[in-house]
Amino acid sequence: MSADVQEVTAPLVGGSRRRPAWRLLAAGVVVVVLALLPLMLAAYPIGLMSRILAFALLVLSVDLLTGVTGLPTLGQVAYFGTGAYTAGLVGVHVTSNAPAQLVAGTLAAALVALVTGAVVVRTSGIVFLMVTLAVGELAHQAVDSLAFTGGTNGLVGIPPITLLPGGEPLLLSGFVYWWVLVVFLLGAAVAAVVVASPLGRSMRGVRDGETRLRALGQETYPVKLSAFVVAGALAGAAGTAWVAQARFISPGDLAFDVSAFALLAVVLGGAGSLWGPVLGAAVVIVARDELSSYVGGLGSMLLGAIFVVAVYLLPRGIAGVARVRRPAWTRSRGTA
Amino acid sequence: MLDWFDAYTGTVLNGLALAAVLFVIAVGLSLVFGTMDVLNLAHGSVSLVGAYVGVAMVGDSASIAAFVAAVLVASAIGLVLGGVLAAMTAKVSGHLRQALLTLGVALIAGDVLAEVFGSDVKRVRAPEGLDGSTEVLGTPYPVYRLVMVGVGLAVAVLLYLVLERTRLGAIVRATVADRDMVEAVGIRTTLVLGGVFAGGAALAAAGGLLAAPVLGAQPGLDDTILLLALVVIVIGGLGSLRGALLGAVLVGQVQVLGVALLPELASFMLFGAMGLVLLLRPAGLLPAPGRRA
Repeated sequence: MSADVQEVTAPLVGGSRRRPAWRLLAAGVVVVVLALLPLMLAAYPIGLMSRILAFALLVLSVDLLTGVTGLPTLGQVAYFGTGAYTAGLVGVHVTSNAPAQLVAGTLAAALVALVTGAVVVRTSGIVFLMVTLAVGELAHQAVDSLAFTGGTNGLVGIPPITLLPGGEPLLLSGFVYWWVLVVFLLGAAVAAVVVASPLGRSMRGVRDGETRLRALGQETYPVKLSAFVVAGALAGAAGTAWVAQARFISPGDLAFDVSAFALLAVVLGGAGSLWGPVLGAAVVIVARDELSSYVGGLGSMLLGAIFVVAVYLLPRGIAGVARVRRPAWTRSRGTA
Repeated sequence: MLDWFDAYTGTVLNGLALAAVLFVIAVGLSLVFGTMDVLNLAHGSVSLVGAYVGVAMVGDSASIAAFVAAVLVASAIGLVLGGVLAAMTAKVSGHLRQALLTLGVALIAGDVLAEVFGSDVKRVRAPEGLDGSTEVLGTPYPVYRLVMVGVGLAVAVLLYLVLERTRLGAIVRATVADRDMVEAVGIRTTLVLGGVFAGGAALAAAGGLLAAPVLGAQPGLDDTILLLALVVIVIGGLGSLRGALLGAVLVGQVQVLGVALLPELASFMLFGAMGLVLLLRPAGLLPAPGRRA
């Protein structure tokens, strides 16, 4: 299994280290355009953009594990949900202050990721996939049956966020979008820094050959656990951003299809790249929620068709399009 | 102890009936993963297609002959669908891209089925003559569910004989253990793999139809079946026939007995049990011999 992931992802990360000046410029332009969107778009498309960015941060957390570390996961909804419900509960009972909700949600998710990850990262490959699926489903069942999370009805009555203590509540979708954008950019920056750091190198080492890394004398367990906690924290931050824009969270947001779509957005975008999965997340949300009405309500069918076509036309995902050269050695078939 | 068993006879039997169809459905998923290394996320959709064949051909009432005919039609459709899926996944390497492909197919199938059959719950009646109830240890129990258990056992025995006692079965088992070696002795493994895929899908469709009098047919059932089948095969051990059987029996009892004994914890038990098994025995309880976890 780890060999399979390696085959999909190996060339992409190498590519990201070339021409940093050009890439920084491109990233800067994208950030400026994203920041200016509320001045150009109406309330509805801005709401859509907020949802895309929150989901994209969740997808980035899946990518850190699946694409960079080679641990395919279906469980990040557990930490997304921890962040979202923590932010929502803080909003209902303590304060509507958005930065406080962000910090609380992220820390809670990181803590839950540390506790569960300590056990989960002892596995790898398809077993890791199924154990994380179990974690995600257990979280889904937990919020569905607990009273203080609102049970099946979800958590309602979350007040609009404020930025400063005692400040005005942010009711306009443009302001909420800016907050979601800030959270997304913070999360993406953390992901980029981690990927470029020594920890990121070790994470790719685990993906490309865990046994080799061990043979060189490096313990891989702390690497995998660190990656798991960072990814959990990012998913938690994504959850707080989701609640900030939706002002509602329910067990449905932690369902199996959310996990599956987050994982598939990574594969669609190009696992291991950071910008590819973000675009993959946008494709998933737009196809499922927005284009659905143009194809007679058959959003799932459209999304399914995109997935099927992408498998054959984009063997390395969206990010693979930008990089045509493929080293021959990455084509070797995995054994499992 | 006997009192307890008396009180829960029906529950235990319900668990066995669920286990029987879960086994019939999941064994194909397991063998496909074992032989082809393909995780077919469209497996639940094939089962749902089988259930809808029941809706179209059996519906509210049918004789046993018509029901059997529906099972045969469902199996034939499953066989074709399996062949198509085998051809589609043959050139796609890597579990993640296979997941993208097969889940894409599942999404398309789900919307097509919902368009054709509507999004409400469809019922399939048990065939006439089997829709009554009989006495089991002094308690009335639906005959059809006993038939489900019988069919599940028959499929298990038949598969065991084919896999363990025939040359064909030996080739399939060898392909699970070491595909390159089978290829090296001059056997076209693509044919073996396509056959296993088609046969597994035929069983999945037949199982979906067999389960339809109990579970019905509705959009979303494909996801439920897929998740249960995945849990069954990872608990039992991927690629293993005995593992799929043990996994199905465990999952059936956990699902049904769990609800009866510990209703407040029931929803946690299935995935809790799977997580526990995988952490203690990552290869599953009865892994296929010769296969690395």
